Order: sequence, then structure tokens, then C-alpha cells
Amino acid sequence: MKRIALIGMPNTGKSTLFNRMTGGSARVGNWPGITVELLSGKILLGGDMVEIIDLPGIYDLHGYSDDEQVVRHFLHDNVPDLTLVILNATQIERQMSLLLQLKQLNMNIVVLLNMSDEAKKFGITIDCAKMAEMLGLPIFLLTGKYGMGYQEAMHAITNALRYRTPGMAEELRSQLEQDEHIEREMARLMKHAVQVPSRLPDNLTERLDKLMLHPLLGLPIFFAIMYLLFQGIFLFGQPMQIGIAAGFGWLHDSVLAPTLTGLPTPLQGLLLDGIYNGVGTVAAFVPIIVLFFLFMAIIEDSGYLSRAAFLMDALMAKLGLDGRGFVMLLMGFGCNVPALMGTRVMRSRAMRLLTMLVIPFSLCSARLQVFVFITAALFSPQAAPLVLFSLYLFSFGAAILTALLFKNKFKNSEPFVLELPPYRFPTLRQMWLRGWHEVTHFLRRATQFIIAGVVLVWLLTHIPFSAVPASSDTLSGMIGDWLHPLFAPIGITPELTIALIFGFVAKEIVIGSLAVIYGLSGNALGGALAHQLDWVQAYSFMLFTLIYTPCLSTIATLKSESKDNAFMLFSIFWSLGLAWLLSLLFYQGARFLGY
Amino acid sequence: MPANTLASLHIGETATIVSIHAEEALHQRLLALGFRTGKQIELIRKASFSGPLQVRIGTTDIMLRRTEAAKIKVSKP
Ligand SMILES: Nc1nc2c(ncn2[C@@H]2O[C@H](COP(=O)(O)OP(=O)(O)O)[C@@H](O)[C@H]2O)c(=O)[nH]1
Repeated sequence: MKRIALIGMPNTGKSTLFNRMTGGSARVGNWPGITVELLSGKILLGGDMVEIIDLPGIYDLHGYSDDEQVVRHFLHDNVPDLTLVILNATQIERQMSLLLQLKQLNMNIVVLLNMSDEAKKFGITIDCAKMAEMLGLPIFLLTGKYGMGYQEAMHAITNALRYRTPGMAEELRSQLEQDEHIEREMARLMKHAVQVPSRLPDNLTERLDKLMLHPLLGLPIFFAIMYLLFQGIFLFGQPMQIGIAAGFGWLHDSVLAPTLTGLPTPLQGLLLDGIYNGVGTVAAFVPIIVLFFLFMAIIEDSGYLSRAAFLMDALMAKLGLDGRGFVMLLMGFGCNVPALMGTRVMRSRAMRLLTMLVIPFSLCSARLQVFVFITAALFSPQAAPLVLFSLYLFSFGAAILTALLFKNKFKNSEPFVLELPPYRFPTLRQMWLRGWHEVTHFLRRATQFIIAGVVLVWLLTHIPFSAVPASSDTLSGMIGDWLHPLFAPIGITPELTIALIFGFVAKEIVIGSLAVIYGLSGNALGGALAHQLDWVQAYSFMLFTLIYTPCLSTIATLKSESKDNAFMLFSIFWSLGLAWLLSLLFYQGARFLGY
Repeated sequence: MPANTLASLHIGETATIVSIHAEEALHQRLLALGFRTGKQIELIRKASFSGPLQVRIGTTDIMLRRTEAAKIKVSKP
């Protein structure tokens, strides 16, 4: 099958064009020579199936960034039959350098000048025929977003595929020796084929930036937008989550449970409470992920995310992160899973890993449920808000501490020089494709892992089948006893240890598991907890719950996004260790002070 | 003419890039974003708390940190 590769600088509309070409049928896949996954899709062109590959955006073919290395290795090991070089027509002046570098490799190239709509608005005129003649390459002006000029370009692409691949220079020429030549060539092309008005019209972007990046108002506006985003996702997301849970419950009660009654009890339990619940756990994330990325598409495509980086950089640079990481951290307070997936906008792997290490400390809505229940049971109504607030402080504190401790281990080596693109509004199609794509990605990568985890915890809390589920006679009870020397110094009882094992799956089920463990629910459970625990123990338990691994879905996402099991394990053990240490300090400190 | 760096420009000032004294990776990125000797560059704004700068070269707006901006020599007209 013939291969077409898309190459361009970041933000030139490569993904948009790629989505238009593949109709959203893209899949991620692995390629020889590189470790990251690339998006590719198969389409019918001129009667043949061809594969189109979206390469990461690069500034320079000889560059040092992670993405630039990926593209180099890809081209080296998978010479494409045709390369589509995508340039932003409004920035053609500087983007031409990449095209000239690629041209030197003697590849089969078609040049696409994207964003013709913006170029027109800015009064930039490009003589494509002239430029094509000077370069000896086919050149087309088009807009990937709205489709103008697309058909002609596709026609030319189909034709260009008929030629044999001329083959590439043995080695990608290593250094920048040709740069001088490239500069001269660029100047010549600009002079003859492009006209840029000397001063751009005072446009919308400039006026919006005056407000959005205002020295005093910028940050308050940023936080207001974050707040709205956050509220928006959960306002729409929670009813959907509840709906899905209800649907699953209905299917369980009225269809599955009755049909499975003939089976032996342990098998029933395994199928229904193990596997089926696992599927339900995965499904509960679907609405949140879709919504998150619908909104993220707006924030990101509009260009606001780079503005957030601008506003927050002074603070974030000290933590070894950037402002985009801060946005993801904030979003993590809703749900860690999409926040982790969202870190993909950061192109430096080291910075991305550091951000992924920090995000799980965000006090997500599932953990909040646990804390609300326990504070209501053990603290006075006056103290409860303070207790909750202090947990948020611990959440931020753990995140900052982690960033500071590990910023040298995950040292960002990429220069922090970002483009601030003009404000653009994504089309509904773009937003929807993004949400859809991310959800399928999550489902494909995380489902098995999550179901396996849920089943494992079910087995731990039910074997031997003769014992009362989740009691001290089950495997989990034995683990609880066995871990007792470790948990006694932080005031956590064996019963609570079993609940923590459940909490490994999802924090939503912690209270439910306590209900099973104590055989009580609601106020009665609260009363029993208040009777058995004092506030120091309860707070220590909450602290541990806050800091240790948020849930299986988070772990599955850490694994699939980092593609590095060692990193996933590191994150788990670091958070467990930190949770234990903080709880120990708190518990022993409080006891020492006489509480 | 005194030697100025990009970091020392005032908001709204335009200058010409004279030279770039940055390590290889940064230098290359700057080149790709249009920082070339002889180009006009305008300082649009500075972020609060000694945050990054926003500059404009041709049709591209770029943000960079002050430490990096200090590596770019410019001359005022
Ligand atoms: N005005 C306009 N905007 C576009 C066009 N193509 C893409 N965009 C927008 O440019 C931004 C960057 O596009 P994207 O496809 O993410 O670029 P990539 O980083 O190269 O993959 C997004 O906000 C797109 O909606 C176009 O032809 N015209």
C-alpha cells in the first residue's frame, strides 16, 4: 500500500486536513524506528487504498526536539511515496524554510498552503503558479477547515502518487550547512511570488488579546474561564454519568441477574459484580471524556491555551511546568483521567511526564464524595467546611511538592518559545471529532486493564467463597491484617484498609465498600464510623485517600499515555509512599500534641 | 548605538534583530519561528510577575521567556 505523510510546522492545520482526508476514521499505530504512536488512516484514492500518516508538527528537520527526532526517524525508516508539506499561508515567509529543507531530500512532494481564508483576510497574495514554477513542485492554496480548494488539491495528490518515489538521499543530510542556501532561496521566492502588506490590519485577535492578556484582568479572566469550563463539564457530565449508571443498574437488575440465577453464586458474582461492574466503571467515564474534549477543543483550537501558558508561566516555570500543565492540573480537580489525556498538547516528553506525575494529586469529584461523607459523620457542621478546605490545600501542596522534587529528574530540554496563534473558533465537526477520537482511544486502551483490576479486587474480597464478602476472613481481610503493622502507625484500622483496597478501583465505591464491610449504610454507617474512629484517625484516613492512587482508570491512563510501565509503577509507589508519610506525620503529630 | 537586547525593549517598541546568541536547540527554534538577522521585531506586551514576553515578527506572534529574550541582540532605529 502506498503511503502519504503529512508534514508541517505546529499549528498549520495538519490535523484538520488529516481529519478531512480520512473522515475521522483514523487510528493510532506503531511504526518502525520510533517509539511514539502516530495517527494514520486508510482511504481510497484513484482506485487504490493509500495510507495517510499525520506526523507531529516540527519546526526544523534538523531540530533537537522530541517531535523533530520522531519525524526524522520516521522518514528514515518509512520513506513515504508522497509527502504533503503543509504550510500556513499567512506565515509562509518563515515556514518556507521547512519546505526547502524537505525539498533537499528529493522526496515526492505536494505543497499545500493552508488557511487560504486567513491569508485573504490579511491581504496576503500568493502566486501559486509562479511559486510552483520556481520550486518545481505542485503547490495548492486551500483551507482544510472549510474545504475551499480541497478537491483540486486531492486531484493533484492522486496524480502525484502515480510517480515512482524518487528515493531519498541515503542519509538525511545531517547539518545546517545548507541554511545559507535556504535563506537565499527563501528571499528569492518571497520576492517573486508573495506579497505581504507591510502592516497587518488591526484585527480581532489584537483587540481580544488586549483584554485576555491584560496585566491586571488577564489572570482573573483566566480563572473565571477555568471555573466556567469546570462547571460546564460537570453540570452536563454528572447527569449523563448518573443516567449511564442507572442504565447499567437496570440492565443488571431486570435482565442479567434474572437470566444468570441458574449459575453457581460465585460465578454469578464474578460475572455481575466483577466483569459487568468493570464495564460499568469504564462506561461511566465516557460522558466526562467526551465533554472534556469538546470543551478542550474550544480552549485549544481557539488559541487560548497558549494564552494561559503566557499568563501562568511566571509561576509554573519555577515548578518545571508550563501554563498548559496548570490548566490540566485544574481540570484534574474534576476528573484525573481526561486531564492526563489532555497533557498531550505538551510536546516535550519530560515536561509531559512531570505533569502526569502531578495531576493525580488533584482532589477529583469522586474523592470529594468520600470526604463529604466522612466529614459529615465525624466533624461538626462548623468544622466540616474547614476540613474540606484543608484537604484541597493538601492536594495543591502534594502537587507542588512533587513538581519541585522531580523537576530535575524530568528536566525539560525544549526551548520554551511558543507561537500565539490568532483566535479561531473550531467548527462543531472539529469539536465532535476530537471528543469521539479521545473516547475511542480511552476505551481501546483502558478497558481491559480496568476490567481486569475490578475483577481482581472482586476476587480478593470474595475468596474464599465460604467467607462473608469483604470480611476479615477473605483474602482482602488477610491482606488488611498483614498490612496492619504498616497502617496501625497512621491510625487506619483493618476495616478501613479493606476499603482502601476497594478505593484502588475507584473512589466512588469506597463508601459503598464500607457499607458492605460494616453491614450498615447511610446514617447508620456514619454513626458506626463515628463510634469506632476519632477525628484524628478519620482525617488520617482521608489524607491517605486523597494522596494515594486515585483509581484504576487513572493508572490505566497513565500507562497508555506514557507507554512506560516503569513510569506508571513509579507514579503508584510515589503516591503510596507520600500518602503514608503525610498520614504518619499528621497522625503521630496530632497524637503527640495530645489529640 | 548602544547594544540592546530584546528583553530591554519597551512595550510597543520595534527594533531590528542584530544577532542571536543562543545554544543550538534554542537558536534553531528561533530561526524556524522567524527570528533572523535583519528582521523587524516588535515587543507587544510583557506578562506580569516577570513572566514571558509577547513579540511579533511579520505575521507571527510569539511568546518567550525574558532569559531567552536577553540572548537576542537588537538595534533600535
Ligand atoms: N482559518 C482557518 N483555520 C484553520 C484552517 N485549518 C486549520 N485551522 C485551525 O488552525 C488551528 C490549528 O489546526 P490543527 O489542525 O490543530 O493544526 P496542527 O497543529 O498542524 O495539527 C485550529 O484552531 C484549526 O481549527 C484553515 O484552513 N483556516
